[in-house]
Amino acid sequence: MIYEHSRAGRRATAQAPLEMVELSGIPEALRRQEPPALPEVSEMQAVRHYTRLSQKNFAIDTHFYPLGSCTMKYNPRACNTLASLPGFLARHPLAPDTHSQGFLACLYELQEILKTVTGMHEVSLSPAAGAQGEFAGVAMIRAYHDARGDSARSEILVPDAAHGTNPASAVMCGYKTREIPTGADGDIDVEALRAALGPQTAGIMLTNPSTVGVFERRIKEIAGLVHEAGGLLYYDGANLNAILGKVRPGDMGFDVIHMNLHKTFSTPHGGGGPGAGPVGVSKRLEPFLPVPRVGFDGTDYHWLTEKDCPESIGRLSAFAGNAGVLIRAYIYARILGREGMHRVAEYSTLNANYLLKRLMEAGFTAAYPQRRASHEFILTLKKQAKELGVNTMDFAKRMLDYGVHAPTTYFPLLVPECLLVEPTETEAKEDLDRFVEIMKTILEEAQTQPEVVRQAPHSMPVRRLDDVRAARELDLAWKEPSLSG
Amino acid sequence: MSTTPTDRRYAKSHEWIKDEGDGSFTVGITDHAQELLGDLVFVDLPEVGATLDAGGDCAVVESVKAASDVYSPLSGEVIAVNEALDGAPETINEDAFGNGWMFKLKPSNPAEAENLLDAAAYDQLVSEED
Amino acid sequence: MPFIPHTEQDVEEMLGAIGVASIDDLFDEIPPALRCGKLEAIPPGLPEMEVARLMQSRAKADGQPMCFIGAGAYDHHIPAAVWELTTRGEFYTAYTPYQAEASQGTLQLLYEFQSMMTALTGMDVSNASLYDGASALAEAVLMAVRANRKSKSKRVLIPRTLHPAYRKVVKSIVRNQQIEVVEIGYDAESGQLDQQELETHAGEDFAALVIPQPNFFGVLEQVDALTDWAHGHGMLAIAVVNPLVISVLKPAGAWGETGADICCGEGQPLGAPLASGGPYFGFLCCTDALVRQMPGRIIGKTVDLDGKTGYALTLQAREQHIRRSKATSNICTNQGLMVTAATIHMSLMGGVGLQRIAAACHANTARLIEALGSVPGVAPRFKGAVFHESVLTLPIETKRALRALAAHNVLGGFDLCDDYPELGNVVLVCATEQRSDEEIEAYRSKLQRVIESQVETPCQLKPDW
Repeated sequence: MIYEHSRAGRRATAQAPLEMVELSGIPEALRRQEPPALPEVSEMQAVRHYTRLSQKNFAIDTHFYPLGSCTMKYNPRACNTLASLPGFLARHPLAPDTHSQGFLACLYELQEILKTVTGMHEVSLSPAAGAQGEFAGVAMIRAYHDARGDSARSEILVPDAAHGTNPASAVMCGYKTREIPTGADGDIDVEALRAALGPQTAGIMLTNPSTVGVFERRIKEIAGLVHEAGGLLYYDGANLNAILGKVRPGDMGFDVIHMNLHKTFSTPHGGGGPGAGPVGVSKRLEPFLPVPRVGFDGTDYHWLTEKDCPESIGRLSAFAGNAGVLIRAYIYARILGREGMHRVAEYSTLNANYLLKRLMEAGFTAAYPQRRASHEFILTLKKQAKELGVNTMDFAKRMLDYGVHAPTTYFPLLVPECLLVEPTETEAKEDLDRFVEIMKTILEEAQTQPEVVRQAPHSMPVRRLDDVRAARELDLAWKEPSLSG
Repeated sequence: MSTTPTDRRYAKSHEWIKDEGDGSFTVGITDHAQELLGDLVFVDLPEVGATLDAGGDCAVVESVKAASDVYSPLSGEVIAVNEALDGAPETINEDAFGNGWMFKLKPSNPAEAENLLDAAAYDQLVSEED
Repeated sequence: MPFIPHTEQDVEEMLGAIGVASIDDLFDEIPPALRCGKLEAIPPGLPEMEVARLMQSRAKADGQPMCFIGAGAYDHHIPAAVWELTTRGEFYTAYTPYQAEASQGTLQLLYEFQSMMTALTGMDVSNASLYDGASALAEAVLMAVRANRKSKSKRVLIPRTLHPAYRKVVKSIVRNQQIEVVEIGYDAESGQLDQQELETHAGEDFAALVIPQPNFFGVLEQVDALTDWAHGHGMLAIAVVNPLVISVLKPAGAWGETGADICCGEGQPLGAPLASGGPYFGFLCCTDALVRQMPGRIIGKTVDLDGKTGYALTLQAREQHIRRSKATSNICTNQGLMVTAATIHMSLMGGVGLQRIAAACHANTARLIEALGSVPGVAPRFKGAVFHESVLTLPIETKRALRALAAHNVLGGFDLCDDYPELGNVVLVCATEQRSDEEIEAYRSKLQRVIESQVETPCQLKPDW
C-alpha cells in the first residue's frame, strides 16, 4: 500500500511548486481546513511501488491472454508512441478548427476506414466504450421509431447468450427486453424469433459470430424477418475481429453497429479501459448519430455538432469521446492497410480452429463440435467437473500457475462449465502448442492429484481470495490504522 | 437433504409463505433456493407499507456471482421486514425456513395461497429440476 | 505481415491439423453471397516509418498554441514518472482484472485510487472510475433517482452554472428513462446559482439538486447553503467538483450539515494530458448508504486462503454481466489506464503538492484577469469569487477576437456566446500553473492590439442547442 511509505512532512518530489502561494479572495467558509490525506512519498518510492505493483499483473506484453470475447491481441508500440506526439497530447479539445486540421484529418479518415470495413453508411466516433456505443445504437433505434411516430415499439430482443451489456443498454434506453433462445447448433432459434416478433418489436441485438463462437448462418433470413416486423437490427461489434475484411455487418442487413476499437483495432485495454465504441449506421439512421462527428468540405475538416445535426441523439461525453484511443486505432489501421484487414479475420480464425482441433484431440469437449469455430470457441468441462470434481474455475486458476491468463470462464451462461477461448491472430503456433500442453498437464493433474488443481493458483502473489468476505465486510478505501482500530 | 416444512406453502420460484394465524403471512426463500445461490452477501428487502402483487418482484438476494429476484407469492401489504438480515445475510444460508425469514405481509386476497404448492409438490418440483 | 507471426510452414501444418486445404475454407459457414471483396477504399498498409512521418506532420500541423482555454479540460504539468510508469506493458496491456490472482497490481492500484478519491472528496466510498466527468454526472443523476427513498420523483434540478456540455450529456443519457431535467438560472451579478429562483421550486418533488464547485464560470458556489437546501427539501445533493481545486476547498463530504450525498467530476486535472478531450476519466464517490446504487467497478480488500491481504472486484451483483437488464448501468470497462495515471500522479504530488498547484492556478488566473482587465473595455463579468477561470466582457465580438488571437497562436479562451447569448460578448479564460508571466503579458498585448484594430460588433444571437 502506497500509504505505508508515507511520512508526514515528506516533500521529496520535484513535481509541485516549491511554495504555497496565498489564496487571495477565497472566502474562508469555502476553504478546506487540512490538506487531503494523500500519501507523502518520494518520487523514487512511488516509482518502486508502482513498478512492483505492475509486476503483479498478467498482460499481453508478458503472457498469452486468450480471454474470449475480449480480443487480447498485441498492441503495437508505434500506436502509442505516435499518438503521444506533443502536438496530439497538448491539443485542447476546444481548440479552434484552424489549430485542429491534423487531428481532425486523422479522425475523418478513421471514420471513412470504419465505414468501408463495416459496410455502413456513416460513422460517429464519439462513444467512449463498447457499452456506450450500445447505448447510442439503441437510442438511435428509439429516435428512429419516435421520429416516425411509431412509438408503440417497446421491446428489444436479445439472444439468451448475449453479453450482459445488451439488455442493460436496452433498459437504459427505456426498453423492455425479451430473450430469444439459442438452438442446439449454436444458431439462434429462428422459429422462436418469429414467434417473438410483433408490433411491439423495436429491434434485435445480435453478435455475429455469436457469443457461442459460431457464425449465425441464417442472418439474412433473420434480418428479413425483423425488418418485416418493422424492427431494426443492432450489431454488437464485440466479435468483429472474426470477420474483419471477410463479411460486413452492413451487407448482412444490420442497421446500426458498434465497434470495440480496443478489441478489433488493437488499442490497449489498460487494465479495464479506456476503450472506444464508434457506431455505424445505415442511411435511414444517419440523422440520429451522436455528436460530435467530423466533416470535410473538400478543403478543411470541421466538427459537426448539435447545430448541424438537429435530430442527433446528442452528446455522450463532454468533448469528443476517447480521442487518444481513436488516434491509436487510426495508426493501427494505416499500418495494416486494406490487405492487413483481411488477414486479421483469416489468422485469428486459423488460430482458433487449430487450437480447438488440438484441444479436442487432447480429450477436451467442444460445446459445438459440429461447427466451424470463428475467432474463438467454447470448451465445456462438464465431464471433468462431474467425473473428477475439478471445475472450470479450478482449471482457470491452475493455468495461471503455468503462466497463461485464463480464458473467459462461465460465459456464455447457457453452456455449463465453459471456457471461451480466443487466441487472436498475433499468437504464434508454438504458443498455441504450449497452451495445449498446459491443458493436457492440468487434465492429467486433475486425474492424479486433483487437490493441486482445486487449490490453485500456487505461484501467484495471492492464493484464491475470499470474495464473500469482500462483499459482506466491505472495505473499499484505506484508512489510517489508528482510526480503523 | 433438507426437510421441507409441511406447515407452509411454496411458490415455483422457490419462496415459502407461512400463515401466522393472525391474518398475516411470513415470506422467505427455500433452503433449496439458498443452496443454489450460495453464500449470500446482501439482501434487499421491500419497505414496510409497500403494496405487493402476487408474482411481482419485491426483494433481491445477492451472492458473489449472482443476484436473484424474490417474487411475492401473495398480493398484499408489507407489515414487517426482517431487519436482522441487514448485515447478516448469511442467516438465510443458515436457517432459510426460520430466522432467515424475509418479510411479513397482510394479504389482500388470501385465497391466492391456494395456487401455491404444498411441501410434497414442492419437493417433487425440486427433484425434477436437476 | 505486420503483427502476424505465422510462417508458411506454420500455416501449412495448422491447416493440415484442422483438415482443410486453405484459410479460405475456414469461412465455409458464411454464405458466399455475403462475402465482401477487396476493401479498395482503404489505403494500402504502410511501414511504421511512413506512418511515423505522416503522424508527425499531422501533429505538427496543429501547432502548439499558448492555451488560455479551460472549460472542463486543463493544461497542467504532468510529472514525467506518471506516464513512464503508466505505459509499462503490465499496466497498459492488461485487461479488467477478472482473474484476481493474476491482477493484483491493477486491483491494488484501483483500491489505492478509491482511497485517494475518498480523501480528496471527503466521501465514504469511490468507484474505480467512469468514462468522463459529464457521463459520470449522468450516472450520478440516474443513481440519485434510484436511491432517493424519500422521493419517487424522476426530476432533477440542474443549474445553468453547470458546464453546458455536461447538461447536454445528462439529457442525452437520462432522457429515455423519462427523467426530467429542470434548469435553474444564475444570478446576473454574482455568477452563482440563482437561489431566489431555486426557492420557487421549494415544495416540489425532485430527486436531486446538482451543485458544481467551482461552477462553469469559474465562480465559487455557496455549497453549504445549497446542500442544506437540497436536504431540507427531500433531495439528494450531487456535487460536481474539480478534483484539483477541491484540494484547497471544502470537500463535498463536509458541505452543509451532513455533506453531499454523491460527488462526481472530471478526473483529467489529475495526470491526464489535454489530448483533444480524452481519454480522461470520470470519478464517482458517495456515502456508504448509497454504495449499492453506485454503477461501475468497485474494488474491495479481502484475504486469501492463507489470510493474506488481497484485492478483488466486489459488489459485482450490481453490474451488467450478472444483473443484465436490472443492472445499475450498462457500463463495463472503466478508464483503468487513466486511473493508473491519476493514482501515480496523486502519490507524487501528495495533498500538499495538489494544494500548491491549485493555489498557483488561482494566482495565475488572478494575474491574467488583472492584466487583461487593464485593456480598455475588458472586465470581469461577474462579482463572485473565482478560482482558476473567469468570464470577461470584451468590447468586440468574441468570435472575431478569438480568431484574431488564434492567428497569433494564442487560444484566448472559450466563447460563451452560443451557450449564454444573453451575456453578450464574453469569454471564459483560464491560466493554469503552466502559464508564465511572459505568456500572460503576450496575451494582454495581443488582445489590446486586436481590440484596437477592430470595430465593435454585437454577439450574434444563436438558438440554445
